[in-house]
Amino acid sequence: MKKIGKQTIQFDTPPTILDCASIVGPKEAQGPLAKYFDQTLDDEFWGEKTWEKAESKIIKETVNTLISKSGIAIDEIDCCFAGDLLNQCISSSFGLRELNVPFFGVFGACSTFVESMSLGAICTESFAEHVLCATSSHFCSAEKQFRFPLELGNQRPPTSQWTVTGAGSCILSKSGQGPFITTITPGKIIDMGIKDGNNMGAAMAPAFADTLVTHFLDTGRNPSYYDAIISGDLGYIGKEIVIDILASQGYNIKSNYNDCGVLIFDKAKQDTHAGGSGCGCCGSVFSGYFFKQLQEKKIKKMLLIATGALMNSTSSQQGETIPGIAHAISIEL
Amino acid sequence: MGTNKNPLETKEGYQNYVDQKSPNSPIWKNCFNAFWVGGLICTIGQIISNICKQRGFDIATSGTIVSIILIGIAAFLTGLNIFNKIGKFAGAGSLVPITGFANSIVSPAMEYKSEGYVMGVGGKMFTVAGPVLVFGISASILIGIIYMIFNTQSITLV
Repeated sequence: MKKIGKQTIQFDTPPTILDCASIVGPKEAQGPLAKYFDQTLDDEFWGEKTWEKAESKIIKETVNTLISKSGIAIDEIDCCFAGDLLNQCISSSFGLRELNVPFFGVFGACSTFVESMSLGAICTESFAEHVLCATSSHFCSAEKQFRFPLELGNQRPPTSQWTVTGAGSCILSKSGQGPFITTITPGKIIDMGIKDGNNMGAAMAPAFADTLVTHFLDTGRNPSYYDAIISGDLGYIGKEIVIDILASQGYNIKSNYNDCGVLIFDKAKQDTHAGGSGCGCCGSVFSGYFFKQLQEKKIKKMLLIATGALMNSTSSQQGETIPGIAHAISIEL
Repeated sequence: MGTNKNPLETKEGYQNYVDQKSPNSPIWKNCFNAFWVGGLICTIGQIISNICKQRGFDIATSGTIVSIILIGIAAFLTGLNIFNKIGKFAGAGSLVPITGFANSIVSPAMEYKSEGYVMGVGGKMFTVAGPVLVFGISASILIGIIYMIFNTQSITLV
């Protein structure tokens, strides 16, 4: 493992993504990617009394699904990185409290999935044989914490995004047949002064662009090196913005760039405005859709960049701007 | 100018660019829907009021009955997961009449029931309506004082 360029980490023995699992909610189950998820739920509560409990159950069951299908015993997992959007990351810590695996709680807002994978991958270069990474989000619990009660009769602006109900998880292993995590480009916090909490795509887009350009400069690669460059949850507006920012810096990513938040919902039918968001967006779309594309060799080289808006409801009410972050990992066969 | 600074790399330039890039709410459609739904709600209120007056209630009592009925209907529809759909469609049309007030109290009460009746329902019930109450009551006190000062001809309001 060594640092190349300004901030990219390159692996000597790239860890393998052994397996992935995902569970999503009812709205995601009506979206275009429904058939790729391991399980889809019929209702948001999933038999629980509260949304918070439901979210914990989603991440717990996602991890259980992953462990049973990967064939790795729980005691073989050396540690776990997990996080979510709820205050103090209660979904992951409550959901995984019975797992009996050393646990690192991670917060990177919606960038948590790739942040967890990055940290997990680094562990496999030292002490760990198998590392578990998981993230979740829930539309109802996120609305409750960040916006208004669900039953309030208000209108969402067209720039607002729809928090994905779902979880994604993966096991990273020291040795394996790939797909391999070859490099990590951890992102810097970038704040371009956007204050509108209903326009997260615009708030996070500059961080995405910064990490992506840094990745290209550090590795000497260019956009055409990758079959797919995928952002976590920039949504439709963020997607357009980053194409413009990258173009203004001389990179054309139009043909191979897409966003998990754009892919997960059908904008025309599902009334999701600017697209999906949340830790579960990148987590479930990568674990469900992209991992299968890699396994089937339809995608051979991909760059997964999860973006996060590092704010909370207090900072918004106090008029603070929204700092963005984006972490990148390159995944190759 | 001759500047080669990328406008997307300055905060001001980026904000301007984002404002341009972000779609606005469909204001004319929203206004139209708010107008006719709001009008409809008020018409229903007027019909109830007329019926009450026919039955021999005075104006003040009729008004109270209208409020109670509209609040009851709005609270009921909130509980049935219908009012949020009306609100999404009509915006201010269903928000500004007393129906919106009922919705803004019932919806957090439902949402926070999971935190218990005291700290949840009781503590959070007014999170949305609270500011409206505070400033509404403050404004009415202010207007009352002005009325008291200038009302030298002892004009009564009703």
